Amino acid sequence: MPPLLEVRDLHTEFRTGAGVVRAVDGISYTVDPGETVAIVGESGSGKSVEALSIMRLIPNPPGRIVSGEVLFDGRDLRKLPEEEMRAVRGRDIGMVFQEPMTSLNPVLTIGRQITETLEQHQGATREDAEKRAIELLEMVGIADSRRRLRQYPHQLSGGMRQRVMIAVALACNPKLIIADEPTTALDVTIQAQILELMKSLTQRLGVAQIIITHNLGVVARYASRVNVMYAGRIVEAGTAEAIYHDPRHPYTVALLKSVPRLDQPRRARLDPVEGSPPDLTKLDGGCAFRPRCRFAVDKCATAYPRLETVGEPGHLAACFRSGEVAAARENTRESAA
Amino acid sequence: MRDQPGTAPLLEVRGLAMHFPITEGMVVSRKVGDVKAVDGIDFSIARGETLGLVGESGCGKTTTGRCILRLEKPTQGQILYDGKDISRLPQKELVGLRRRMQVIFQDPYSSLNPRMKVGDIIAEPIRVHGLEPDPRRRRDKVRDLLSVCGLDPKFADRYPHEMSGGQRQRVGIARALAMDPEFIVCDEAVSALDVSIQAQVVNLLEDLRERYHLTYLFIAHDLSVVRHLCQRVAVMYLGRIVEMAESDELFDNPMHPYTQALLSAVPVPDPRVEAGRQFRPARGEIPSPINPPSGCVFHPRCPMAVDNCRKARPTLREMRPGHWVACSEVK
Repeated sequence: MPPLLEVRDLHTEFRTGAGVVRAVDGISYTVDPGETVAIVGESGSGKSVEALSIMRLIPNPPGRIVSGEVLFDGRDLRKLPEEEMRAVRGRDIGMVFQEPMTSLNPVLTIGRQITETLEQHQGATREDAEKRAIELLEMVGIADSRRRLRQYPHQLSGGMRQRVMIAVALACNPKLIIADEPTTALDVTIQAQILELMKSLTQRLGVAQIIITHNLGVVARYASRVNVMYAGRIVEAGTAEAIYHDPRHPYTVALLKSVPRLDQPRRARLDPVEGSPPDLTKLDGGCAFRPRCRFAVDKCATAYPRLETVGEPGHLAACFRSGEVAAARENTRESAA
Repeated sequence: MRDQPGTAPLLEVRGLAMHFPITEGMVVSRKVGDVKAVDGIDFSIARGETLGLVGESGCGKTTTGRCILRLEKPTQGQILYDGKDISRLPQKELVGLRRRMQVIFQDPYSSLNPRMKVGDIIAEPIRVHGLEPDPRRRRDKVRDLLSVCGLDPKFADRYPHEMSGGQRQRVGIARALAMDPEFIVCDEAVSALDVSIQAQVVNLLEDLRERYHLTYLFIAHDLSVVRHLCQRVAVMYLGRIVEMAESDELFDNPMHPYTQALLSAVPVPDPRVEAGRQFRPARGEIPSPINPPSGCVFHPRCPMAVDNCRKARPTLREMRPGHWVACSEVK
């Protein structure tokens, strides 16, 4: 079965006062139908820009998608006329953003935001659209949906608003949902409710999902495959099992070690990733993680390592020394045992 | 309340309540109700201890911190700092106290004056309180503080916007340390930082606590960080403390149904653990603190609630040594 989405060597850059920032610097990955794929990274890693590039929502200027292909369901989205692209957004690909207060229109009722999508993309009549909107609100767990239709976003709590966003995203039976930090602004018990809702709905309806997040716990709970981003590139990709239990890139290893875990007793000290994230205007031809990396050698300064298969098929890492990384991990495990 | 014998707690909070009035009417304003942000809480912090105060938005954890710092005047209750009740002190008498207790805020972007150089930001409290009148010695002290906080002393001549989020938070910490305080309220002090930077700052806070014998009230919503950094933890819900215990005890044996729901909601960064975990999200949403539910405030969302929970407000009971739970159904 061909993948639903295939991103090939995507490059997006921004012109800033300080120089050109290559926010997305050659990214390739796939999403299969019905699958949940995570893109993990810290601020400035390019994970959100990458998602906006797929949807062609990069503000130009200052931003520009420089090159690459975005094959969705057999078509290259980058080559579509704007008219057709608009039909893809919201109909074939739904979106859920971090802050539902800014992504919902504050002067339209909840009902109107859903019916508008349905009328626009599916040519539904006002009456049919309203009926479907009530169904959708019930589906996302909003009680008393008839009354809620007449309310405005500010009358709803953050969790409710995010449920509405999910209803809008699912309104036209999309094949893919892109969720950019969908629960970061929510409290932890509400976060859990929303993630469970998204998981059960996408499974039931067979919708594929891209979850973009910085939260390694969310990824472990919900994603089947993971792409780890650093400074605009994917540095490691694989199944969640491989990424968490057999990481081969020094950044992935360091990131996993630096998070305090709820299921582990107090430790004397955490093991942070030393140094600061790189200045994206000053990247050279070498590996961007090298100044913070304890495995770095001379070669890392001169060439950028390509993503190559390590271990099992589908597990990729962009590091000249991934073999040493794995060996070092084995050693520390033995000395601990 | 429950400290080692012989050591009086540095801070003791008794029956603390902070109600904000809600008024209506533009010409003649009249009070129509109260937001019960904090509604009767008791706890104490021993010298050198880190107490974690956790809960979701609106639970009153930040207001509690502000009352202790006397940025708010509490409606009710006592705040005993080093044995002296500071809850009613007039502004004038608070000046000396402000030197002894400091605060580190969440957002290093909005808590540093963007028009001041980093060195001046750190020097200002020293100057205002007249701790070091000689400008050269003051400059030396600023440089020391920067390097203690892991920053190059050269940063003194920079502006906050030239620094990353992690570096700015270190400046905020240096400013708090400038007064040689003994007690620091850390209000979501590492929440805005990226994962890789967060661990650096957590370690810094821990090192500073040992080096300067500091006592922390660590207010946070990230339970994993709290488990790591705090010796004891108090869980708040709608203005009340529902559970309080030693850190490892609380996270390994949560007894209050709210704590249990909260802990099960936090995903662990390990797919194998996640696959085997029982997961019960709390139903419903957090009610408004304007008209909080009667009896136990958690009863509308609680899987264990019985009739009595609607009527009687549960008090904290010691279920195991040092482990306090406010739930009448926990046996």
